[in-house]
Amino acid sequence: MGAPGAGLDVVGESSARRASRRERLLASENLAGWAFTSPAMLLVAVFGLAPIIWSVVLSFQRNNLLSGGTWIGFKNYERLMQDPLFAHSVRLTVLYTALFVPISIALALLCAIALNRKLRFIRLYRTAIFLPVVASTVAEAILFNWLLDPYFGIVNYALVKLGIPAQGFFQSPSQALYAIVAMTVWGWLGFCVIIYLAALQGIPKELVEAAAIDGATRWRIFRRVELPLLGPTTLFLVIYLSINSLQLFDEIYVTTRGGPLNATLVVVYYLYQQAFQFFEAGYATAIAYVLFLGILILTIAQLLIGRRFVHYRS
Amino acid sequence: MRVVQPRPPAALPPTGLTDLDLQSEVAVAARHRGPSPWHLFLVPMSLLMAFPFIWMVVTSVSTRAETRRFPPQLPHAIQWHTFVEAWTSAPFAQWLLNTTVVAVASVVGNVVLCSLAGYALARLRFIGSNVAFLLILATLMVPFQVVMIPTLLIVRGFGLVDTLGALIVPNLVTPFGIFLLRQFFKTLPVEIEEAARIDGASRLGTLVKIVLPQMKAPLATVAIMTLLWRWNDFLWPLIVITSPDKMTLPLGLATFQGAHSINLPLLMAGTLMSQLPMLVVFVVAQRWFVQSLASSGIKG
Repeated sequence: MGAPGAGLDVVGESSARRASRRERLLASENLAGWAFTSPAMLLVAVFGLAPIIWSVVLSFQRNNLLSGGTWIGFKNYERLMQDPLFAHSVRLTVLYTALFVPISIALALLCAIALNRKLRFIRLYRTAIFLPVVASTVAEAILFNWLLDPYFGIVNYALVKLGIPAQGFFQSPSQALYAIVAMTVWGWLGFCVIIYLAALQGIPKELVEAAAIDGATRWRIFRRVELPLLGPTTLFLVIYLSINSLQLFDEIYVTTRGGPLNATLVVVYYLYQQAFQFFEAGYATAIAYVLFLGILILTIAQLLIGRRFVHYRS
Repeated sequence: MRVVQPRPPAALPPTGLTDLDLQSEVAVAARHRGPSPWHLFLVPMSLLMAFPFIWMVVTSVSTRAETRRFPPQLPHAIQWHTFVEAWTSAPFAQWLLNTTVVAVASVVGNVVLCSLAGYALARLRFIGSNVAFLLILATLMVPFQVVMIPTLLIVRGFGLVDTLGALIVPNLVTPFGIFLLRQFFKTLPVEIEEAARIDGASRLGTLVKIVLPQMKAPLATVAIMTLLWRWNDFLWPLIVITSPDKMTLPLGLATFQGAHSINLPLLMAGTLMSQLPMLVVFVVAQRWFVQSLASSGIKG
């Protein structure tokens, strides 16, 4: 019976051919894969990976950005642990984040719910609330510097009209950080509203209608149906805003420069001062690593806490 | 807007992107009984959000004396000449040109290079693809401040300090763009591409003619995010640029503020001029902006 043998031969031959075809295909995939990725990877390597490695080295050096730098081991980190100004900047940054993130999220949620309605002028409302998204941080800071001017600012005028004495805002050590919070909430609100609005519109109408038919009030529908479904979005915003607020810099640079009396000396502004005013590049990089660690820990903590409260639709 | 290191988006199905288009809503408004109480919230809220812009315009057409008065007053006559004065007292045209060049070059670079890399990482199995993807994710996590100083030294090594190249070259590709596009490429059905390949199309041809046309929305997201980041970037230009004729709008505006902090009409006119291009682009293309921002955040 030759048939089974012949059959085997055919199978053997075809699997060998298939194997060589596969090899050729894989070789071509290798070539194409690297041809497609190498321009991007080259840039990522030079401007992404190399600086990460270099900054590790830098954080163990005393380096003034001009000469080569000398190896000093963990001295930068030791100094960091004992630097009262750094501790102060960490406290300020944490306070800023603790205020900025919840205020932004609560206000954004309220705005998104209001904007997710079929109202007259809704397009106008949306444009007004979204518009600050495209304003640069520098412009934002210049505008608020003027609005909150202690002597001629319109906000103080409004306060006086309401019977409240004029305030110092950016020029008052006890108020400057809160003024920064108010300003940055204005700058970020549009972004948060856009994210929430998209999520609200992604909620299936049937769910809301089913709850309404079951006799749920508007508030209960929001509390029991919509709010839980917004969980992943809220978690995303909490993490995203936290990361950005720990890196606050632009607005501080334009308004208070860390002052008055270090009242707004947040971590990244302190880092900037060390690197580009005192030319302590090694120390500045050590600060950056501690910041990175802080961001990492906070993000992981938020993800872990979030997992207990946030439910994903699958 | 400052967007620093973007995070891998939270997991939501790719259908989660909703059309924020408003056209369907007009018809429903007709059966509304009387004005909604939500107006009571939205009117003051909108005014509050728009007020800094409104006050900027009012101040820019006031006289200097009018801005040094308490209580503040509306201008008695509109001072258009302040804009001419601001335009000529600082190289706004040059800054606008520089910002445009940097933004356009970065957008083109990102759209092209992130598409190529994202496609390869999503579809092709090649040696080292997993390592490459992990390295990209690693750079995505690290805050800019960590790499800022070494990047400055590298850019200095290339002789690019104080040139537009320093603003363009390190930003030609963003790990975020590669990551985002890779995720989207993965959601596309592979069969059409395979059919095109069997019909003899090259890989590049398949990507350009078959795949990318299905990717208009995510490509717009990468383009718009890149545009916004580059247009408003401040810290990096502050570090690498010193010559006024190489500055971008935010950096130029900050120096303008330093020079004219007490001449408020001039300062507000300059601020208005620097923000106008992007504000106009936003109002005209609001739908695209909104969708792009929304999908950059919650789509995976």
